[in-house]
Amino acid sequence: MITVKNLHKHFGDLEVLNGIDQHIKPGEKVVIIGPSGSGKSTFLRCLNLLEKPTSGQIFFEGAEITAPKVDIDAIRCRMGMVFQQFNLFPHLSVMGNVTLAPITHKLMSKEQAQKRAMELLTRVGLPEKADAFPKQLSGGQQQRIAIVRALAMNPDVMLFDEPTSALDPEMVGEVLDVMKRLAEDGMTMVVVTHEMGFAREVGDRVLFMDGGLVVEEGTPGEIFDHPRQPRTQDFLRKVL
Amino acid sequence: MFSTLLLGAAEAVSSNIFDQWWLAIKDKALAGNLDFWENIYKEIYQNVLYNNRWMNYLRGLGITLEVSFFAALFGLLLGVLLALMRLSGVKPLEKISGVYIGIIRGTPMLLQVLIINFGIFGSIAIDRVIIGVIACGLNSAAYVSEIIRSGILSVDKGQTEAGRSLGLSNWQTMRLIVFPQALKTALPALCNEFITLIKETSILAYIALTELTKAGDYIRSKTYSAFTPYIVSGILYLVVTGVLTKLLGKLERRLRQGDNR
Repeated sequence: MITVKNLHKHFGDLEVLNGIDQHIKPGEKVVIIGPSGSGKSTFLRCLNLLEKPTSGQIFFEGAEITAPKVDIDAIRCRMGMVFQQFNLFPHLSVMGNVTLAPITHKLMSKEQAQKRAMELLTRVGLPEKADAFPKQLSGGQQQRIAIVRALAMNPDVMLFDEPTSALDPEMVGEVLDVMKRLAEDGMTMVVVTHEMGFAREVGDRVLFMDGGLVVEEGTPGEIFDHPRQPRTQDFLRKVL
Repeated sequence: MFSTLLLGAAEAVSSNIFDQWWLAIKDKALAGNLDFWENIYKEIYQNVLYNNRWMNYLRGLGITLEVSFFAALFGLLLGVLLALMRLSGVKPLEKISGVYIGIIRGTPMLLQVLIINFGIFGSIAIDRVIIGVIACGLNSAAYVSEIIRSGILSVDKGQTEAGRSLGLSNWQTMRLIVFPQALKTALPALCNEFITLIKETSILAYIALTELTKAGDYIRSKTYSAFTPYIVSGILYLVVTGVLTKLLGKLERRLRQGDNR
């Protein structure tokens, strides 16, 4: 579904990604772990071109999205993204947040979009918050709404950029539960996270990144129980 | 001189109570020994009541409001355009906007008005109200654009990223997500700019547009009262800016309540 070939990203002289090759299959759950500054968020943000790669190629559903003149907006419609800081739109109600993109893209009528939004809100347990504004909600609720907002576009893949890192500890669980259920429904997911429990439980494949490279990858069992690289072993010793 | 200026009053038909009150103290006035309150009445009578002179102020006020309203509208539209140009990331547009703002903010408004009146429209017969709207609007736009720009910059980058990640175009993200939030932040400064604009239209007196300041000045040229006509104009400015401040304060409070919904 997503193929990445020799991806490089520099910020000025700083090399953040040093050549990444990856292939993500439909339905696969890929979890990216690694120390801060390892380039994992940048890698994720390159996948929907929020960061423009310095060199390399990215293919999504057969089309090269790094090609010049590609309609990136059309591609992003099929890639949902969830941010660390939620980034809900504070001037819109929950319903407004969720229906804005489908209505603006004319994918659905307002009524259809609202009906769909209510279905999704019910799935994450927040149907009664449809008329609330983001500021009235807890962090965990906001992040669940942010997931719903991305899902409202019916994306083929969901990108999660440290979705629980800005949450109070007691709210992490409710967001992870939503993500687990999404995984069970067969969504293709790429998740940057520090939640090792989630990585182990949900991930089909775990990538350990350091220094702008994928240092080691494998099943959760391979990575967490039998890491081969010293850097992986060192990192896991610190976080587990 | 004093008597010539009273002449008009003497000839007026004593048709209303104000004229009668004046006639009652007129001889004392000519003799120059009015008491404090009589003196105040004389000033008001000559500068406001006599010969429907109050109409001059109201006509002036009307023109001030007319020029201010259309100049504010023009300035807002052009200001938003300049701000978007400045933030467009397109170098020539940024440059044009930056140079425009630099020139407008770096030169006196009076000079700009004179250049537009005598330089640009010098040989064209055109209503001075329109010249006033253009001059004040062009000036205000530079300040408005900086207010709007800082409003847009105050919106978190994550908002743009969230919009773009949903497949919205740059313009859709700006229009639907960034701009509404920017406007709310910019509103107090924007209100200040509108109030400033109302006061600054007084500069148009210099090109003989009979707005509120010029109206007061015109009465002074008739009555030679140094204070009263300007004070009447001043009170009218205060009423307008006062009402506007109140209204905008209400609007602001309403928007802020929205935060806590």
